Amino acid sequence: MITLTLFDIISFLLRAARWTLLLAGIAFAGGGIGAMLLLLFRYSWPRFGGWFVRLYVDLFQGIPLLLQLFLVFFGLPLIGVEVSPLLAAGTALTLYATAFLVEIWRGCVDSIPRGQWDASASLGLRFVMQMRLVILPQALRVAVPPTVGFLVQLVKSTALASIVGFDELTRTGQIVANATFEPFTIYGLVALIYFAMCYPLSAGARRLEGRLSSSR
Amino acid sequence: MGYEFDFSAIIDNLGLLLHGAGVTLGLTAVATACGIALSIGGAAASRWGAGWARRAITAYVELIRNTPFIVQLFFIFFGLPSLGLRLSALQASVLAMTVNLTAYCIEIVRAGIEAVPAGQREASLALGLGPVFIFFKIVLPQALANVYPALVSQIIITMLESAVVSQIAVTDLTHVADFIQSRTYRAFETYFAITLIYLLMAISLRWMFDRAGRRLFIGRH
Repeated sequence: MITLTLFDIISFLLRAARWTLLLAGIAFAGGGIGAMLLLLFRYSWPRFGGWFVRLYVDLFQGIPLLLQLFLVFFGLPLIGVEVSPLLAAGTALTLYATAFLVEIWRGCVDSIPRGQWDASASLGLRFVMQMRLVILPQALRVAVPPTVGFLVQLVKSTALASIVGFDELTRTGQIVANATFEPFTIYGLVALIYFAMCYPLSAGARRLEGRLSSSR
Repeated sequence: MGYEFDFSAIIDNLGLLLHGAGVTLGLTAVATACGIALSIGGAAASRWGAGWARRAITAYVELIRNTPFIVQLFFIFFGLPSLGLRLSALQASVLAMTVNLTAYCIEIVRAGIEAVPAGQREASLALGLGPVFIFFKIVLPQALANVYPALVSQIIITMLESAVVSQIAVTDLTHVADFIQSRTYRAFETYFAITLIYLLMAISLRWMFDRAGRRLFIGRH
């Protein structure tokens, strides 16, 4: 048993929380790029793209994130890639975030009236320009609140990376709890730190949503 | 580098896998029953309750929705014994899943209640019906019909998230997979097969609930 002051414990946990944020950031950036590519694919090639995106989303939303992590962690070595916990967690969370973001953004693009597509097409714009100049700027406005809401889910999901041995907040909490025999305090603090990261995002998403619906 | 896939470990341990799937579904069923019942009470209290009750429910919902399930589980299983509440791994899992599901469902059910037109309640009052009767027989059925798809999604999310309880040694489906792969060193095959089982369970649960919903709420939409 090791005795640590409360100050030591909190500073350990806060330093670990930076890894949680980093992982969430990687997954959000990767997922954002992945989702944008899938979105372009879906609308530029409606039939096959639509089918493929549907399958991808159903698959990744229909299996536990924990198992996605395990599959990446144990699957990548089979194709000869050396995996670190960060690579495994980053990859799995990116695939996971892609599925959710493409679903959210697809809803936003679909909410743009059909006439916007037709009008921009009749002005002679090709697909990429239609998307860039007409559809996406309008969809973006609708997309911000649910995207911020999803960030909460993503930050919480990074906790599972602790299981494949990535030293983020939850795993550091486990290690400190095992060393100090004070699980009640430690897990309480861990929960509070997650709350401090997530609550501003949830509250922000709600406010943005309120502003959006009142501006209509 | 060649790797030969070998799924014989899965076939040899089919009994174990079925047991694990049973535990996962059992946990989900208990958490769903308790969670839905509690969230109906919670939603009613947060709609019509006293000021302190409303604040308490809001605090509970926000706290649960903004922390990861695995931390809630660890807090209940490892943390609560310091307060003298010692739970078995199975009890801790059911409690954590229920606490988690309830928080999400309170929000869903409350949205459903708010979507029921006020006229329904006023008309019932005008007919001389009592408030309890009105809530359970008039408002609640319509509220649940409004949000049924969202409730089903939340139940399925809870089932998928319950994979985490393997970490406190509950012998659910994921724990069985850990066991098989530690015996056979066939980690990828094992987790791949388990993933398919989860997918199958999620799809069949949704199908079942959709059918049940069509029967339960027939003619309401």
